[in-house]
Amino acid sequence: MKALCWYGKNDVRVATVPDPKILNPRDAIIKITTTAICGSDLHLYDGYIPTMEQGDILGHENMGEVVEVGSAVKNLRVGDRVVVPFTIACGQCFFCQKQLWSCCDNSNPNAWMAEKLYGYSPSGLFGYSHMLGGYAGGQAEYLRVPFADVGPLTIPDGIEDEKVVFLSDIFPTGYMAAENCDIEPGDTVAIWGCGPVGQFAIKSAWMLGAARVIAIDQVPERLALAQREGQAETLNFDDEDIFDTLTEMTGGRGPDRCIDAVGMEAHGTSPDALLDRVKAAAFLATDRPHVLRQAIHACRKGGTVSVPGIYGGFVDKLPMGAVVNKALTIKSGQTHMHRYMRPLLARIQNGEIDPSFIITHRLRLADAPQGYEMFRYKQDNCIKVVLKPHDSVVPRQSTLHQ
Amino acid sequence: MTTQYTSDRYEKTVEQRGEPQRPSGPAVVPQGAQPPRRGSTMQRTQLRTSQESNGRRARGPTHPWRVPVARTLGWFSIGLGLAEVMAPRALASLIGVGGEHRMLLRLFGLREMVSGVGILTQHRPAPWLWGRVGGDALDLACLGAALTSDEARPGRIAAAMAAVAGVTALDVLCSQQLSQSAPQQQGQRAESSVTINRAPADLYRFWRDFQNLPRFMPHLSSVRVDTARQSHWVAQGPTGTTVEWDAEITDDRPDALIAWRSLAGADLDHAGSVRFEAAPGGRGTFVRVCMAYHPPGGALGTVVASLFGEEPGQHLREGLRRFKQLMEAGETATTAGQPSARL
Repeated sequence: MKALCWYGKNDVRVATVPDPKILNPRDAIIKITTTAICGSDLHLYDGYIPTMEQGDILGHENMGEVVEVGSAVKNLRVGDRVVVPFTIACGQCFFCQKQLWSCCDNSNPNAWMAEKLYGYSPSGLFGYSHMLGGYAGGQAEYLRVPFADVGPLTIPDGIEDEKVVFLSDIFPTGYMAAENCDIEPGDTVAIWGCGPVGQFAIKSAWMLGAARVIAIDQVPERLALAQREGQAETLNFDDEDIFDTLTEMTGGRGPDRCIDAVGMEAHGTSPDALLDRVKAAAFLATDRPHVLRQAIHACRKGGTVSVPGIYGGFVDKLPMGAVVNKALTIKSGQTHMHRYMRPLLARIQNGEIDPSFIITHRLRLADAPQGYEMFRYKQDNCIKVVLKPHDSVVPRQSTLHQ
Repeated sequence: MTTQYTSDRYEKTVEQRGEPQRPSGPAVVPQGAQPPRRGSTMQRTQLRTSQESNGRRARGPTHPWRVPVARTLGWFSIGLGLAEVMAPRALASLIGVGGEHRMLLRLFGLREMVSGVGILTQHRPAPWLWGRVGGDALDLACLGAALTSDEARPGRIAAAMAAVAGVTALDVLCSQQLSQSAPQQQGQRAESSVTINRAPADLYRFWRDFQNLPRFMPHLSSVRVDTARQSHWVAQGPTGTTVEWDAEITDDRPDALIAWRSLAGADLDHAGSVRFEAAPGGRGTFVRVCMAYHPPGGALGTVVASLFGEEPGQHLREGLRRFKQLMEAGETATTAGQPSARL
């Protein structure tokens, strides 16, 4: 089959690889009908995530049609349409039973690697480094899904792929980010990053009762989308001092809840952001936490900082004094996918949200390397790329241009 | 003398440490296999192999806390060192040397404190005790030299020298004992533990059927059960070599403990135990495995080393992880055989 493979920093290619096989009784094989390039794939593309190997297949936002099931999978049948959560979880361990699905004890075959870095290993993920399982991803024609009896969500007929494919990661991720804020009536929520997760965090903050949502970015089309689709007030960090503006907008108190939907590769021109770049380049630090610092600094006393943005290793100059003395709560985690997929599908079905609003580009699998480049450099107003591995002709279109 | 890890040796070790024996008869219950006193200790060590898995570094009978004389000498060093550093003038007067040696006394005090801390904190205190012996010699030499000084009070100096000589004898004796006991510790020890979300009885039952072990222990290719207590094990070494041994069960307590050891003539001379213990709050079962083995030399030694991994306990830890996966998820997580562009 054809698959999008990682070859090194800024180097992904479509290669011919063997078809996946059932390796365990609880496996299933799905034929990918729609998959997407995630913002977190760009951390791999930029070489920020350790333990990648040349030839790894990427892709963790997957959906498709079941073509084969292992002997222990009783709830799926060949032909079922399913969305596959990006976290792989066994469903039987202490953590799965506590609904902490992304902390599953049993799904990472390379747990010892993650233990070296993190103390204990999180769950395995699709296409996201060997430290996190080394599982082949789904930017390919077919995908092997481990623990297919607990992960994939069956999608009823009549809902097109593009409305549900983001249940595989970014919609639940944005939702959990908002849920982690513990929003109370009247709260102002400030969200750094208007990429796909930020956009879903904006929508989810409204769903969970926010009185006001402020979105922060520098990319005009992303701010425009946050304003148009998300009904958020927007701030461009190129134009204004974020702390001062937030203070002013909130009557001198600061936003009640802050969400860092940016993660370890924050952009910025402040002295600390530039220093982060130098340190990361010199391997003195692995992550660039400029946004996290700003969110902690700006958050009101007793507020919550929620971190859906990905951090991989070590951050420098984290203002822990502000966390302690302002009595902040910080919440984070890879998304506990299995908790959210069904209830969020219900929200899609009853018309509360149509997640396809973020799609700007639809590409063939063969064009995926260009998709990465476009997404990475935000060319052609790119916000979200979906791939159609089995369609030979996909109209290339940008919804923003329509 | 050949070093064999038999149950006798372990019980002797336990006895030497003055710890109460378990009422287990001939059980192989290596040190560390005792149940933790508190759940929190267990959680900290979950899925970790003991840092002290190498027997030579493990807390054995050589540890100063197990040897009261060494411990006393350690504290004595610190006490004397403190006196020398803080009250050099009074001390100089006590031992009958002149007050002009205050700086020297302070330096000697520092030396005393360093060796004291070394004896009390290091896993192998013998070198530090030998350091004390060297210090004693230095003390005696300086006291002897002081006899010629104008300010010297020979009576007091002689008394001090007698005291130092007494301590020196004790130091030499203790150092020798500790150095001699080191070779007994040349076996390797590996410990690991894991928490599994199943009842002790389920886990015991699966493990007790030794034919299941190759399903999760790396490199173990087969186990044949010969009699109720005896079995034959075959493990795969590098480049097609195999290592075989007969083992017998030395203790078997349903739902709680299985202990075994290899019989004479085994390629791999070892003893091991696995304990199953209900975790507090109904949160599954703590499984703790302790293995002690005596690696042979030569080519066979290389094979045996590969069975246990680069560091002692590495494969044991992976084996326990796979045991957990089998018992909880019904299969072991793998990516072997999946596609990539490397093939």
